[in-house]
Amino acid sequence: MQNEKIRSFPEMVKDAVIVGAVSAALALPLVGFKTVDRTTQIELEFRFGEMFYAVAVIAIGRLLLSLTAAGKARAVLFITAPLSILGLLEYAFELVPMEWPELAGLTWLAATIIAIRAWVFTRRDKAADDAVARATAGLPVAAVVTLFSRFGKFLGPAAAAFAILMPFLPFADQRMVDIGILILTYIMLGWGLNVVVGLAGLLDLGYVAFYAVGAYAYALLSLEVGLNFWEALPLAGACAATFGILLGFPVLRLRGDYLAIVTLGFGEMIRLVLLNGPDFGLLANGAKGIGDIPRPSFFGMEFTAAPKPGAVAFSDYFGLDFSPIQRVIYLYYIILLLAFITNWFTLRIRKLPIGRAWEALREDEIACRALGINPRNTKLTAFAIGAMFAGFAGSFFATRQGFISPESFNFMESAVILAIVVLGGMGSQVGVVLAAIVLIGGPEWFRDLAAFRMLAFGGLMVAVMVWRPQGLLAHREPTIKLARSPRETPVAVSVREKAT
Amino acid sequence: MEYFLQQLINGLTLGAMFGLIAIGYTMVYGILGMVNFAHGEIFMIGGFVSVITFLVLGYLGLTWVPLVLVIMLLTTMFFTSLHGWAVERLGYRALRNSNRLAPLISAIGMSIFLQNYVQLLQGARNKALKPIVSGGVELMTSASGFTVKLGYMQVVIVAVTTVLMAGFSLLIARTSLGRQQRACEQDMKMARLLGVNVDRTISLTFVMGAALAAVAGLTWLMYYGIIDFYVGFLAGIKAFSAAVLGGIGSLPGAMLGGLLIGLIEVFYSAYFSTEYKDVAAFAILVMVLIFRPTGLLGKPDIEKV
Repeated sequence: MQNEKIRSFPEMVKDAVIVGAVSAALALPLVGFKTVDRTTQIELEFRFGEMFYAVAVIAIGRLLLSLTAAGKARAVLFITAPLSILGLLEYAFELVPMEWPELAGLTWLAATIIAIRAWVFTRRDKAADDAVARATAGLPVAAVVTLFSRFGKFLGPAAAAFAILMPFLPFADQRMVDIGILILTYIMLGWGLNVVVGLAGLLDLGYVAFYAVGAYAYALLSLEVGLNFWEALPLAGACAATFGILLGFPVLRLRGDYLAIVTLGFGEMIRLVLLNGPDFGLLANGAKGIGDIPRPSFFGMEFTAAPKPGAVAFSDYFGLDFSPIQRVIYLYYIILLLAFITNWFTLRIRKLPIGRAWEALREDEIACRALGINPRNTKLTAFAIGAMFAGFAGSFFATRQGFISPESFNFMESAVILAIVVLGGMGSQVGVVLAAIVLIGGPEWFRDLAAFRMLAFGGLMVAVMVWRPQGLLAHREPTIKLARSPRETPVAVSVREKAT
Repeated sequence: MEYFLQQLINGLTLGAMFGLIAIGYTMVYGILGMVNFAHGEIFMIGGFVSVITFLVLGYLGLTWVPLVLVIMLLTTMFFTSLHGWAVERLGYRALRNSNRLAPLISAIGMSIFLQNYVQLLQGARNKALKPIVSGGVELMTSASGFTVKLGYMQVVIVAVTTVLMAGFSLLIARTSLGRQQRACEQDMKMARLLGVNVDRTISLTFVMGAALAAVAGLTWLMYYGIIDFYVGFLAGIKAFSAAVLGGIGSLPGAMLGGLLIGLIEVFYSAYFSTEYKDVAAFAILVMVLIFRPTGLLGKPDIEKV
């Protein structure tokens, strides 16, 4: 879009009409007609009105975008910004009852995107003289990234402190803490997958398989063997890591996209096996799932009002009144601890030879092989470590839910975790946190938009890849590099550790 | 023997459909080196467009079956290939020169988007259609009373697939478009220097792949009488397995691989267990990639520095 010539107004109109015609043709079968199930057969309903409205939004939007590029950014901003603000007010206060909320949403989305683009253009025009502003004006994200790298040192500890204090802050009720647990679970999964995708550069589409292995391992160990959560946790992690090695061993010599599809196949295979219930203890339940999974205890103390004979209740021991939120807060701190361990482990291992080897392998496999790095073993370690963290998270999931079934571990779950890593910026730890908060927390707050959640996921994945293929907060550059500065010796490496 | 023959017929029918989808994967991989993960969704959209076309034709009062089938075929191919074109234009074109993972992730996003787009627009429930072509001939009956049936629909599917594949092979082998397509596959930069419009050729590759997937979607709907927004995921993975089995990048390989995957799936569920038939397809994919990564008819892939 940047390279297009500035066109005259009739040309822009023609272009908008063509875009409108193409989108009309695209929309005609699927938007224009709706198949409705009746008792005996399916019937048609017509939605031409909505279809033409949507097509008009697209065509007008295209025209406004061309006008923005042609130097009319300010005028476009005047049209779209009020529309966007109005849409926000409408969503917040429901001023007018909307007959077609989807169409209103589409209009708002288009107006907001165009307004942002027009705003970027006006900033760019204004900043024509100021070189620094010009460099950053076109890319607001770049400005955000510089901001992050400047304050990145404080951001991590501040976020950690907030996470630790969160359950005791005044606004934290049980629902908030529950959402916090959910977000932290995905942050942990994201950090675990980040080892595989972000550091080692292996696209794993079946990550949820290891999550499932961890969950089922914990369920079996606690129900069949009788181990408690803390005894079963390392075993479940080891179990998932073993699966990672077993699955990874034959396939890791494959190239990127083949590997992605094969891991996807493995993920589905594990789900199908669990669904069909192999004859192995409780696994035979198959699609019915496993219930009554024990809750974790605090040094042997249970979080119940009436503990089992011989056991002590947490609330009795500390002389507190029993409240279900105590258990929720305890779960919150377990997952927080697990997430911190994952993060700390990842940050440390990046500085070990194996971590350096992962990044080197991601950048250039052939060069690595020439330098005597064993690609298969290096990849296998990344795969196993990533799987281990998924196993921990899976055990936590099982103990938190108390019930697991194969349906919790479908491909969409893998896709969501991958989306968190990709949107956050592959290899960036802070990015994963932000992406998890937006992608997991967002739908929890906007419940009425939940139906559009996966649509937005897919759309965002495409948009981010097209717009910033390295992710929003990209950190794909290697941790250490050969120095460029002539003052340093050529072989010296600048050990500029990035605060990730 | 009769049971075997029946499974052979069913397997060939299923394999023909997988072959049609697999061609789209193999062509895109051949020219761009990327796995078009959204191709299964294109197939699913093909099925939905056929349902809607059929209902519209019924609404207009057209009932003569051959005409209905021809119109359905043409409209489905048209609208579905438009979707294939749009997917390439919006999701992949900007990423043509970026790292290997970016187009794949974009394709996964596109696949999730299209699945939910169709689900939101057309509802999450199965769309069931009464059979348009029913009946068949009984080929033979065994002593134990098992009858081998060849449905007319199966004949139509295999005939349409054969005609389309023959026409498509001619298109690639003989026409100037096919020559340009093969030139881009071999060396995109050189083809561009020699005056081939690379963007247009890639777009047309997606259009052709989507048109064939549309036919697969139509025949799938006719054969099973049911379609939902999720059907593209499994069918897409199996067709990709077929493309890999036949040797990715090779057109005859995709057709052969499709037939083999169809036969394997049908025979596996007939003689072993239906529960694990999907696992069988994945297992084949993994085995092929481990023991013969170039597939049955593929060329060895040399990695250049």
